[in-house]
Amino acid sequence: MTSESAPIFARGVRKHFPGSERPALDGVDLTVRAGRVCALLGGNGAGKTTMIRILTTLTRADEGVVRVAGWDVRAEGTRVRASIGLVGQYAALDEVLSARENLELFGRLAGLDRRRARERAGELLGTAGLQEVGRRPVGSFSGGMRRRLDLATSLITIPAVLFIDEPTTGLDPQARRELWSSVRALTAAGTTVLLTTQYLDEADALADDVVILREGRVIAEGTPGDLKKLVGEPRMELREPTLEDVYMHLHEGVAAS
Amino acid sequence: MTTTISTAPVRTHVWREALILAGRTLRHWRARPVGFAIQVFFPVLVILLMGGLLGGAIAGSAAQYILFVIPGVLAFTMLSGIETTMIAVTTDATRTVTDRFRSLPISPGAVLLGRVLADMLTSAVELVVITLAGLALGWRWENGVLPALAAYGLLLWLRFGLLWVGVWAGLRVGSPEAVGAVQLLSWPIGFLSTVFVQPSTMPPWLGAIAEHNPLSATASAVRELFTGVHLQGLTWAADHALLFALVGPLVLAAVFCPLAIRAFQGLSR
Ligand SMILES: Nc1ncnc2c1ncn2[C@@H]1O[C@H](COP(=O)(O)OP(=O)(O)OP(=O)(O)O)[C@@H](O)[C@H]1O
Ligand SMILES: [Mg+2]
Repeated sequence: MTSESAPIFARGVRKHFPGSERPALDGVDLTVRAGRVCALLGGNGAGKTTMIRILTTLTRADEGVVRVAGWDVRAEGTRVRASIGLVGQYAALDEVLSARENLELFGRLAGLDRRRARERAGELLGTAGLQEVGRRPVGSFSGGMRRRLDLATSLITIPAVLFIDEPTTGLDPQARRELWSSVRALTAAGTTVLLTTQYLDEADALADDVVILREGRVIAEGTPGDLKKLVGEPRMELREPTLEDVYMHLHEGVAAS
Repeated sequence: MTTTISTAPVRTHVWREALILAGRTLRHWRARPVGFAIQVFFPVLVILLMGGLLGGAIAGSAAQYILFVIPGVLAFTMLSGIETTMIAVTTDATRTVTDRFRSLPISPGAVLLGRVLADMLTSAVELVVITLAGLALGWRWENGVLPALAAYGLLLWLRFGLLWVGVWAGLRVGSPEAVGAVQLLSWPIGFLSTVFVQPSTMPPWLGAIAEHNPLSATASAVRELFTGVHLQGLTWAADHALLFALVGPLVLAAVFCPLAIRAFQGLSR
């Protein structure tokens, strides 16, 4: 398989929002191979959300080649959208409708007929652990419940490529672990996942590949293992380096240069 | 969990999708019946308040004034519909629901068309409620059914023109709070028209402004269609209310529909 036909392929992506002093993305390359989980790691303003929005056709890049599921995001937007699921940084749900009505609405929009949409909503409420509250308006949901419903909404038809922007921000430790296991179940089913995170342990636990973004540039990439080797031998403490060490190491390097 | 990878169809069906999205608004009514009832009965309250408080002073008696003001309130309700449209559009945009719609393999036009269908239906319900209240208060269309239907057509035509202003403004303002300003503005626009009072009772310069208000054109044209009586105006515009009521919304739509579509496409910048 050539890398251009990889589920996620981006070369030289540049995005400069009008009025901001530096580009949000400054020549980003990113390839994610089929069935892998890639974590886009970076601090606030690193450009993670902008990258996800470009890959999901929501924002147009100024420059660069971007292909998702084999299709060009610009020329074949609808085909891209038919192959992806998106869980944005902020839950995108109808607050007035119930959880079930939200799922039915998005099921209908995905092309299911009324009966099938109702069945699928029931299944997804079950998987998300929301059967009990399925009839409650989403406006009354906690952050974690919204997050789970938001994920369920993007799984009405199992997407070939799933994008999750900061999946576990605001979740308690147990909910985080549950979300991780749903992501793993998806990749077992063949879905390719790109997630963004500010948490190194999350990237460590979940990702096959890690790409570290800083001020719109990729400053390091590799498997969590590769990246840990960057730090070299454990120094003071007798323990394995963590991604946290890698991150601090890279930051010191960047700051010094 | 299924192991099939989605091969969702790439053909989009703009009408089907728009109807599903419009159906979402109907579900909002069902989820919030009280809010919906307040919205729909508010114009009736305006009729009763204006009639009871000012009717005697303006027209000699409340009953007399109510006959005058009902067509005006029908037109005014089409103007205040902008607010309904803006709230819906900005709420979806700020809650990122619009982005989720934009990330689905549906026709981009369906999102806007769904809004149009939902808001036109809401306004039609408002017109029915005001009409029923009017009938209960003794108002009648005296000029036959066809002209009356034409009058309702003109009212919805005004709503259609204004709807695009609402979509455009809703996409531009960026916060539901800003809609409050539009809500406030609709009152001076309403008062500076033939909706509530005859311009002949205003100072001539103010009357002339009022008669050139697009809202006046529809209010006067609708009065003419309901009563069959041509009302002599102060200005050429007032004498050709029907023409203005047809052309005004057309101009609004011609200007603001492309702007609204541009603003919607501009979300991807
Ligand atoms: N619509 C926009 N208009 C102007 N600037 C923007 C816009 N969206 C993002 N930016 C800027 O682009 C840069 C990258 O933002 P982005 O949201 O991609 O970062 P992020 O890595 O997702 O951050 P966070 O962790 O805070 O979510 C920031 O400097 C941000 O201010
Ligand atoms: Mg972000």
